[in-house]
Amino acid sequence: MSPLHIVSAPVKEPPALHDRAMDNLKYIRETMERATAFTNISGGGQVAIGVTALAASAIAARQNVFKNWLAVWCAEALVALLLAGWSMDRKARAAKMPLLSGPGRKVAFSLSPPILAGALLTVALYRAGLVNAIPGLWLLLYGTGVITGGMFSISIVPLMGICFMALGAVALMAPPEFANWFMAAGFGGLHIIFGFVIARRYGG
Amino acid sequence: MARQSALKHSTPKKRRALQEVSNPQAEHPAPGLDRLIHERLRLGIVSALAANESLTFNDLKSLMNTTDGNLSVHARKLEDAGYIAVTKSFEDRLPKTEYKLTAAGQSALESYLSHMETIIQQMRNR
Repeated sequence: MSPLHIVSAPVKEPPALHDRAMDNLKYIRETMERATAFTNISGGGQVAIGVTALAASAIAARQNVFKNWLAVWCAEALVALLLAGWSMDRKARAAKMPLLSGPGRKVAFSLSPPILAGALLTVALYRAGLVNAIPGLWLLLYGTGVITGGMFSISIVPLMGICFMALGAVALMAPPEFANWFMAAGFGGLHIIFGFVIARRYGG
Repeated sequence: MARQSALKHSTPKKRRALQEVSNPQAEHPAPGLDRLIHERLRLGIVSALAANESLTFNDLKSLMNTTDGNLSVHARKLEDAGYIAVTKSFEDRLPKTEYKLTAAGQSALESYLSHMETIIQQMRNR
């Protein structure tokens, strides 16, 4: 007869005090990061981007050569990028949180893939002679980036992305002579409208 | 009696939350610790407000991923302690509740942080 072994249930030790302390500090840091990401989109910055985009669409509409039209919008993209970075940094500093901590990185990582895809597709469409599809494509892909980046932010941000995507979808189907109007309505109008709402509701 | 019945008929998650609300000292942390903000949801509310000038009830609810009832109970405790200030107003005819961290709340969070750091430091010095 084999000897009888009494197997007792393993006793789970409670976590040590310092482990809990580390866990609490991690929780505080993560919550603060999430809360900053929540509102680090600057409404004022978006209004400024919208205004420069309206100016860019007025200048672009006067260009007869597509290359010049493209150059105007590339310059506007650069201006918008600088404005967005500066305004978000200002808001993050006011909240005493570094911009390129967790939240800033999340927004940058979410926005950059669709923007890079848009840049590559612009080259491909230009080579194929399908330039009329470019405004719709830009609005559509920018909307995609705003939705994914906005998932870490206030619910109004993904809503803005949906509006961009809807406008992009309509622009893709619409006659090409309306392209500048769609660009003005999207990059100008939507940024100004949503920027005002964000600035009013979420402090700047 | 009513509380016992609520505990009996609730899900494990809700039960835990109800127990925490009814007995905030259920978990015994280190002595001298501010138990009011030691509770996870309350610590989350205070931390989120420390990173923002103000947040609405809905912002906090979405950030903390909690229910209306749970958030209002815990926010009330922080308000009673003077850690957060509440402003109620109307926006487009809809009620809007806004929370801000008070100076007392800020100092309570700072003390809590230094308490946690002391515990970790003591362990490292051993």
